[in-house]
Amino acid sequence: MADKVLVKGNEALGEAAIKAGCRFFFGYPITPQTELSEYLAKRFPKVGGTFLQAESEVAAINMVLGAASAGARVMTSSSSPGISLKSEGISYIAGSDLPAVIVNIQRGGPGLGGIQPSQADYFQATKGGGHGDYRLIVLAPNSVQEIVSLTFDAFDLADLYRMPVMILGDGMLGQMMEPVEFPEHSDRVLPEKTWATDTTQGKRKKNIVNSLYIKPDVLEKIVLDRYARYAEVEAKEARAETYLTDDADIIITAYGATSRISRNAVDALRASGIKAGLLRPITLWPFPKAEYQRLAKTAKAFLTVEMSMGQMIEDVKLSIDCSRPVHFCGRTGGMIPTPGEIEAKAREIAASL
Amino acid sequence: MAGKMLLAGFGGQGILFAGKMFTYAGMLEGKNVTNIPEYGPEMRGGTCNCSVIIDENPIGSPLVLEPDILIAMNLPSLARFENAVAPGGKIFIDNTLIDRETTREDVDAYYIPATRLAAEAGIPKLANVILVGKVIRESGICSMEIMDKVLEKVVPPSRQALIAPNKKALEIGYNFE
Repeated sequence: MADKVLVKGNEALGEAAIKAGCRFFFGYPITPQTELSEYLAKRFPKVGGTFLQAESEVAAINMVLGAASAGARVMTSSSSPGISLKSEGISYIAGSDLPAVIVNIQRGGPGLGGIQPSQADYFQATKGGGHGDYRLIVLAPNSVQEIVSLTFDAFDLADLYRMPVMILGDGMLGQMMEPVEFPEHSDRVLPEKTWATDTTQGKRKKNIVNSLYIKPDVLEKIVLDRYARYAEVEAKEARAETYLTDDADIIITAYGATSRISRNAVDALRASGIKAGLLRPITLWPFPKAEYQRLAKTAKAFLTVEMSMGQMIEDVKLSIDCSRPVHFCGRTGGMIPTPGEIEAKAREIAASL
Repeated sequence: MAGKMLLAGFGGQGILFAGKMFTYAGMLEGKNVTNIPEYGPEMRGGTCNCSVIIDENPIGSPLVLEPDILIAMNLPSLARFENAVAPGGKIFIDNTLIDRETTREDVDAYYIPATRLAAEAGIPKLANVILVGKVIRESGICSMEIMDKVLEKVVPPSRQALIAPNKKALEIGYNFE
């Protein structure tokens, strides 16, 4: 590890991608993720990487499909409206069993929306976005240092499970600066990409990357095989972090930027004698259901905090089978909830317990 | 020393640079730090502000809603943020550019003609750094000694000639009575 440096979340993600061995980036600029593309445009030529600003998001994601097919570590990044444009390609990448990393630094929506931070793409990220039966691993950092570690994880998990991984951030995480350390490389041992459409060197049969299967029984079998892999991901890769949850009556739950704001609210509530704790999912898919189930045994209520009209709240309710009341506190359109708003909602819940 | 700061002014006045100086100072003194600019479609000349938090403990939200320290380099910034300052907090006002005093009576206000002092000293672009010097003197948010190392970090290697004028600006601010 080198010395700590002070960098923006977007730039940290770019440097982490380079350190993780990514050498291909295809993108199209959009606020609030532009510093990431800009950083890679500047750094990639110095490390032998290919940075290409495509003519559109649709072109960029299909370039990602091409590079991933050839076995390259490849990434694209955008913000909400751009991710909608990429969604067809993401479905094709999932349907072709290709590893790739897609970054969404979310902004307010729907439509062209706004440019301020948002978490309203939770459904799109975790429930589909594109068509067909498929999943993305969705990683949700809440600090610049975690942006770095999860970028390494994103590339490794993509390779390990041969599936696209999304890093789901927001404008606040992309724009904020914190001190970070960059590891030089990942220690995971990964399988060789024997399926890649790189050169056969006359030593093997050619590989084909494809997502078209006309015969339904064949397609069903392929999807079932893929879902067996998804089951393995769900069993092994779900991650969450807890803060002061052991004796908590109210579990505040939030990911990314809102988890940081919720932490302030937890501290303020604790200072006034209300037993609040924080459960922060780090993986949004797979959703860390077991942690919710464990805490539902001791907590009296949950409070979901999101920069949306309430999307993750559905997974919270499903995880605990509605065995406890699940309340909601959120702002949308680029508005950021204050610790005071979260605290007030939690006090209301505490009074009703 | 922990603190929540809000720095605000016009784009081009070096608000983000000043914010970065405090952030690095906190980091180099071993504290937790965050720094987040308000971002928008504004170009140079538009308003600009950033939140800086320096804390011994882990930092939750990086957004500063109730600053202990406000640095205001133009009137719109003072008008927008002076009522948000925590009671007992400190407001630093560049009174070359702001022709009124703060309306708050429960804060410590410091009036520094930073833009004029910078022009007189032949470093017209460093009014921001003069204010940084004054803030260090009055708040103790970081030490003056750490600023040599901070300047090594915030001034790019290709512009090492700017270190000396920045030091001069810090001294002017620190010694301003």
